[in-house]
Amino acid sequence: MYLLNRIQRHRVNYTWMIVSLLLVASLPFLLFLGLYLKSFLLIHDYHLGDLLFSKVWKPGSGKFGFYPFIVGSIWVTLLAMLISAPICLLTAIYVTQYTRKRFLRIMHPAIDILAGIPSVVYGVWGILVIVPFISRFVGPLFGVQTLGYSILAAALVLSVMVIPFILNILIEVFRTIPVELKEASLSLGATQWQTVKSVLVKKALPGIIAAYGFGLARAFGETMAVLMVVGNVVKLPKSVFDPGYTLPALIANNYGEMLSIPKYESALMFAALILLAVSLFFNLVMHFFIDRYNKFSA
Amino acid sequence: MKYSGKIEEKVFKILMVIATYSILAVLAIIIYSIFAKGIKALSWEILSQVPQGGYYYGKGGGILNAILGSLSLAFGATLLAFIVGLPVALYINVFLVRRKKLITLFRFILDLVWGIPSIVYGAFGFSMMILLGLQTSLLAGMLTVTLFILPIMIRSMDEILQTVPIGLSEATYSLGANKSELAFKIFTRQTVSGIITAILLSFGRAIGDAASVLFTAGYTDNLPNSLMEPVATLPLSIFFQLSSPVPAVQDRAYASALVLTLIILLVSLFSRGLGKRYHKTKINF
Repeated sequence: MYLLNRIQRHRVNYTWMIVSLLLVASLPFLLFLGLYLKSFLLIHDYHLGDLLFSKVWKPGSGKFGFYPFIVGSIWVTLLAMLISAPICLLTAIYVTQYTRKRFLRIMHPAIDILAGIPSVVYGVWGILVIVPFISRFVGPLFGVQTLGYSILAAALVLSVMVIPFILNILIEVFRTIPVELKEASLSLGATQWQTVKSVLVKKALPGIIAAYGFGLARAFGETMAVLMVVGNVVKLPKSVFDPGYTLPALIANNYGEMLSIPKYESALMFAALILLAVSLFFNLVMHFFIDRYNKFSA
Repeated sequence: MKYSGKIEEKVFKILMVIATYSILAVLAIIIYSIFAKGIKALSWEILSQVPQGGYYYGKGGGILNAILGSLSLAFGATLLAFIVGLPVALYINVFLVRRKKLITLFRFILDLVWGIPSIVYGAFGFSMMILLGLQTSLLAGMLTVTLFILPIMIRSMDEILQTVPIGLSEATYSLGANKSELAFKIFTRQTVSGIITAILLSFGRAIGDAASVLFTAGYTDNLPNSLMEPVATLPLSIFFQLSSPVPAVQDRAYASALVLTLIILLVSLFSRGLGKRYHKTKINF
């Protein structure tokens, strides 16, 4: 019936497992090494500080200043987090503390669908709804002339995109807080809100910070949706109504022409390397943060 | 003091309700705007034809190339990710079950890899492609997407494999089975529904991601017919059509976005339905 006997099959399966495991475990290092080698040409010839903080981006004449892109990315990301952070926290508290379990059963599919919508579709939605909304209502409201393709538009779209991600973690965080803690607080005469405010949120604080950290890392690397609504203008944004440019958008927009100019490819790979480093850094820090917190609380 | 506390509680409760329902409202708005705009331009012609000459200036044709391209690319990538991912998830949960530190380390690495933006995979895939002397092709796109969905696949399988009770392993060992038999014959059967969910989740991610295939899969107006040739994908076809100045072409982009959204919704519906079905093989404790 079988080609191999039991022991041989075990060996084949075992080898298959080990090879796959090594492949997966080496992935972050492979990614880093690959991108580093590719961007070596650029790092070797330029000062790292010049690359990161120079404002001039003219690949044709060999000027690669990533500062506008980094600033654009930071603006978009922080603004998006500023919008979605309170919404996620309030919603997580509401669905875990104030509603019945049944409500979570409505909320979970909704979160799943939000998480599953592809980023291009978010981009289409941004162009259809958010961009006109900004150019017609929000801009005039603040007395600003804007096309709508702006830092603000990107941040709004991005804030919706990270909601399912952050919310999932927050709901998990609030659900794992032992119920005795809440009961003790309530039995001492605290109201529900006092319990939430001074017991639950305090207890969950490291988890909340970690959720925001993961969300931030996620938002920083988001490409297509941001690319479609941010405006893609290489200059330092002065207000949220200005168009901007982000690092992922830079990579995605220029893949066609990068082979024609020397060092251009290297520069784009360097942008990818920055993204990788930011993502790894944030995730590392947040993981250690959670680990420390778990040790203390246990 | 007491009074202001009550007001504070009321205010925050209202804020919480607003926040919660605004999330549901935003979801409704997204779905509605994609449907309302897309349904107008959706036609049988768009679904069943490849782009004709002058398609991007408003002439006839459809996006069949992108639909089939995306499906074949996502299918291939999911298959590859499954072949590599399943043994990893099983290894972590069967072979390393007593080595807590190693388990934590591997889960940590997987979470790190999961967090890496897809454009980074795209850039990496592109540089690997050049290194290996490949052209933009279905194969290159497939391999890149595989790397991108691998952590998602493994971690979701891992989540479900963790729930297998230790008693089942002990019973299996007591009957004389070895570890790989336990892994491939018992664990997989016990968690069929979860594994299918993981596969569908990864498939949804694979079909919806644009940034990783932008560099590697290329784009073509032909139907996919070879692993070594470029292939069109739905997200990119939406993106390209939307950047056209011709309104008719933009409308087709909205129709394409609707098609992609429908595929995603269908996949997520499937994974919910299937998860409930495959309980027959599961032993309850």
